[in-house]
Amino acid sequence: MGMTITEKIIAAHSGLEEVHAGQFVYADVDICLGNDITAPIAIKQFERLGINGIFNPEAVVLVPDHFTPNKDIKSAQNTKTLREFARKHQIKNYFEIGRVGIEHALLPEKGIVVPGDLVIGADSHTCTYGALGIFSTGVGSTDLAACFATGKVWLKVPEAIKFVFNGKLNKWVSGKDLILYVIGKIGVDGARYKSMEFTGPVITALSMDDRLTICNMTVEAGAKNGIIEPDDCTEEYISSRARRKYKLYSSDDDCKYCDIYEYDVNNISPQVALPSSPENTRPVEDLSDIGIDQVVIGSCTNGRISDLRIAAQIIKDKKIHPSVRLIVIPATQDIYLEAVKEGLIEIFVNAEGVVSTPTCGPCLGGHMGVLAEGERALSTTNRNFAGRMGHPKAEIYLCSPAVAAASAITGKITHPEYID
Amino acid sequence: MNGKSWKYGDNVNTDGIIPARYLNTTDEKELASHCMEDIDPDFVKKAKKGDIIVAGENFGCGSSREHAPLSIKAFGISCVIAKSFARIFFRNAINIGLPIFESKEASMEINEGDEVQVDMNLGKIINLTAKKEYSFTPFADEMKDIIRAGGLMEYVRLNYCQS
Ligand code: SF4
Repeated sequence: MGMTITEKIIAAHSGLEEVHAGQFVYADVDICLGNDITAPIAIKQFERLGINGIFNPEAVVLVPDHFTPNKDIKSAQNTKTLREFARKHQIKNYFEIGRVGIEHALLPEKGIVVPGDLVIGADSHTCTYGALGIFSTGVGSTDLAACFATGKVWLKVPEAIKFVFNGKLNKWVSGKDLILYVIGKIGVDGARYKSMEFTGPVITALSMDDRLTICNMTVEAGAKNGIIEPDDCTEEYISSRARRKYKLYSSDDDCKYCDIYEYDVNNISPQVALPSSPENTRPVEDLSDIGIDQVVIGSCTNGRISDLRIAAQIIKDKKIHPSVRLIVIPATQDIYLEAVKEGLIEIFVNAEGVVSTPTCGPCLGGHMGVLAEGERALSTTNRNFAGRMGHPKAEIYLCSPAVAAASAITGKITHPEYID
Repeated sequence: MNGKSWKYGDNVNTDGIIPARYLNTTDEKELASHCMEDIDPDFVKKAKKGDIIVAGENFGCGSSREHAPLSIKAFGISCVIAKSFARIFFRNAINIGLPIFESKEASMEINEGDEVQVDMNLGKIINLTAKKEYSFTPFADEMKDIIRAGGLMEYVRLNYCQS
């Protein structure tokens, strides 16, 4: 029987010719990642083992991005734990303010993760890198600690679901809308423990930024990983960035999928996920008169340069609605700088929005725009659970950067075509 | 394991179990003091050590924060029974030694407040109040090795570290 791309990558990292869904393996890890929330626990666990070195300093990446710049003393202590661990173990891939970016935007951008890799991260959105033909999955702090020691991770090979997108994308429909649409269809546990493989002419034509957004949110459907077969777009993105040799895998024609879903994207318009679950999706035109207090454009889902470009294009020469607070957060320093050069930041500031240094910040209700009771936010982030962005009685709606920008101007959830 | 059950629905997420505003600490006692806070603000007041959480599908969905199973374990909850668990929560629970059991029937039939017992050796969940027994989905052998060792770090110590 043939193998899926996910099975092939796992087999290659387990010293096996073939693996299939359901099988248990201890796989070799190319890159393991921790952040300022998850790595402190991992470091504590690792240090209890009492061994001297980590398996390979080159393979460890530490990114204190969640509460950066440190929002309080406890966060500062956590970052200090990471910094000292990085120094002690000569971990070069340690990124702190000035060099930091939101981890899942940073690692592909710097070419730290490359096609064919097996990557684990103590962060659920580690699944983002599947956009580059990588098997990457979120784990917990203890998995990360064990990986520091052994370079390995225990995995159950996932079954795969194939999602085929046909047709022609409507104007204003992005990768974010496609993944929100899928989650709306299959639900937040529709792909639990499974691999989500995206394919079809629409995916082939998508930019890398859009592909990263799609794979980023696969965990919101419960998936173990999201993955897209590498193609010309992948090579164009990675060839100048890659720090290591990479390998392009693809699924065999006779591999096994537990389900195949086909979608005609002609029928898909910009999507909005209503509180308090990412599966609560509606086409934006079905919503009327939903006033908003705050708009956030950023995060590992939609804080990339193309996201800022489309938002700026809509906001240019306009002011945001007087009752709206707009917060724009470029996901990495490179993106920030590019946005400065292109004049995007000027557009946001002129429109009376704020622009922040790269941070997760409001995405997880950490800092930089926490919501009060009863407030309503429209956000390009990935989760709208109660309490995610602040007060448990605040409401969060999720959407694309285009819908977020259009809505920031009108003060209510709005289709971008009305602004155009 | 023997305790009173506290019942919750489907898709209990990690932001509800331990909100991000408490993620700037790794102190287990502090995490325990906010256990389930955004799902059930009274949980830490009414639940006792040894009690059992019973929930629906996809328990622990959302983030990878190990703070979630840690806060449940540190509070002293003896185990979680659910129809199903979210993937990362499942592996975190196994890795840190928080007992979790998958049983659709037990999850549906156990009522809040029932006295519930779990017998790991017999592979049974027993509702002492309703006098009913349920089986749970058995763990794969590889997972049993980790559980037997007392968690993943102990497993690593046994298998990878020379003493
Ligand atoms: S931006 Fe949000 S979802 Fe992404 S890593 Fe940061 S907190 Fe997590």
